[in-house]
Amino acid sequence: MKRRQELGLGLLGVLLVFGVCEAVSRAGIVRRSYLPPASEVLSRALELAGDSVFLDGIGATLRAWVFGLGLACAIAVPLGLLLGSVPLVDAAVRAIVEFLRPLPSVALIPLVSLLLGSGTETKVALITYACVWPILFNTIYGLGETDPLAKDTLRAFGFGRLAVLLRVELPGTAPFIAAGIRISAAVALILAVATEILAGFGEGLGIFIAQASLSTDGTRDVLAGVVWAGALGLVINGVLVWGERRLFPWTPEQRERAAAHRGRGV
Amino acid sequence: MSRDGAVAVRGGGVRQVGRVAVGGVLLRWVVLAVAVGCWEVAARAHDSVYFPPPGRIAHHAYELWFSGPVRHAFFTDAAVDNIGPSLGRMAAGFVIAAVAGIALGVAVGRSRRTYALCNPVLQFARAVPPPALVPVFVVVLDFGTQMQVASIAFSAVWPVLINTAEGARNTDPLRLDVAAVLRLNAVERLRFLLLPSALPRIFAGLRLSLSLSLILMVFSELLPGTANGIGFTLTDAQSRSDLLTVWAALVLLGALGYLLNTGLLAVEKRLIGKGRPI
Repeated sequence: MKRRQELGLGLLGVLLVFGVCEAVSRAGIVRRSYLPPASEVLSRALELAGDSVFLDGIGATLRAWVFGLGLACAIAVPLGLLLGSVPLVDAAVRAIVEFLRPLPSVALIPLVSLLLGSGTETKVALITYACVWPILFNTIYGLGETDPLAKDTLRAFGFGRLAVLLRVELPGTAPFIAAGIRISAAVALILAVATEILAGFGEGLGIFIAQASLSTDGTRDVLAGVVWAGALGLVINGVLVWGERRLFPWTPEQRERAAAHRGRGV
Repeated sequence: MSRDGAVAVRGGGVRQVGRVAVGGVLLRWVVLAVAVGCWEVAARAHDSVYFPPPGRIAHHAYELWFSGPVRHAFFTDAAVDNIGPSLGRMAAGFVIAAVAGIALGVAVGRSRRTYALCNPVLQFARAVPPPALVPVFVVVLDFGTQMQVASIAFSAVWPVLINTAEGARNTDPLRLDVAAVLRLNAVERLRFLLLPSALPRIFAGLRLSLSLSLILMVFSELLPGTANGIGFTLTDAQSRSDLLTVWAALVLLGALGYLLNTGLLAVEKRLIGKGRPI
């Protein structure tokens, strides 16, 4: 099947779903306050694009997202390189990591809000905690997958440990790190929105959704917020995938495999 | 240097690797014990309200949940009232998501056309951060178990669905031809061809869904309006500034997450180890 045909079919699928939602609502099969017509939700979502308060909220959410993800990278990549290249440290820390990782990070929201209040710091702290794991594990995993022959060759030529790390291991691991960052980007958005919904006040996309759900007949606004959240997720993922393809045109399969293996846990 | 040389070097290291592994396990536990010990000492020295010593957390968790009568298998009423419903909702949501995801995924992945038709919608559904959907379910289903199970199922279904579709789509065309020659009917094709070849992918999806279910279970219980569950225990303790209970619930959730993931990995190992065709 050609690329064009695929795109056409995909568009048809979107229109079908849109049409069904519209029809179900207009025909009165479900209560209109439960599922407003898709066209109304979409027009409300577009209307919000011109609403400066709403856009400020999106900005606040994205700021927390950027800071949290950036901090997580700054912690996880060096730590992953350390754990991946020094087996002793890896063995020592592994148990602690294995105990911390399965904890669902949304469960930390009550504790962190007690400690830090319900502002940006809470969001950033939670995002950082949750995003460290995928990046860390992908870094360690990628380091283990680097070509041993290339490393041996460099060593045979008398290059030191740092040179091997910089010339072979880091370039070899970079695609895995990028895949980890892509997974973490989605996780970060989940936590930003979750924290905001629970906080219920301040500014942010989640707060918009939470407040809309409390008002009567607010479903349209809630769904418009959800459309925005989904669009944001799609754009972020799209940009990251595009960046990965540009930066590392080789080994798409390996990256997928790493993502499938190490992507669990939020 | 030849490839064989590299292999030989690795082969010679097997015994050493074995010894390192045993030492590693030992090291792991020692380091963990030391870390917990340090926390205990530091927390007792500081006497901070926010970071109670692990010993007290463990004791509190025991008192709270596991000091019940023998006929309840030592579970207390608090455990029966809170852990039970949480696990039930999570199990219900996860099972619905898994069954629906695998069924729909196979349906979508069987033809390239259907896959192309559904792909953009699925990608969008997956891109929505799941907690954003919970308020929608609150509006439609009101607070309570229905809403929680629905949010868990609806959020956890996408990874299974997309991964299953992907797995079913990538079935070896040669095998499909063989199946056609052997005149396998639809059920047989599903049983012997599509499901086995999609199985590794399905499990990758199930793992993601499992952790999503746990997250959504907690999240939907953290919302005001719930009356029981581990998440409710957390918010309730938070509002009373009862840090010990908060920490105990966190430890419990971590242990649950670990157990669930380990269990799923064991099932995966069994199924894929045996049933996978070469």
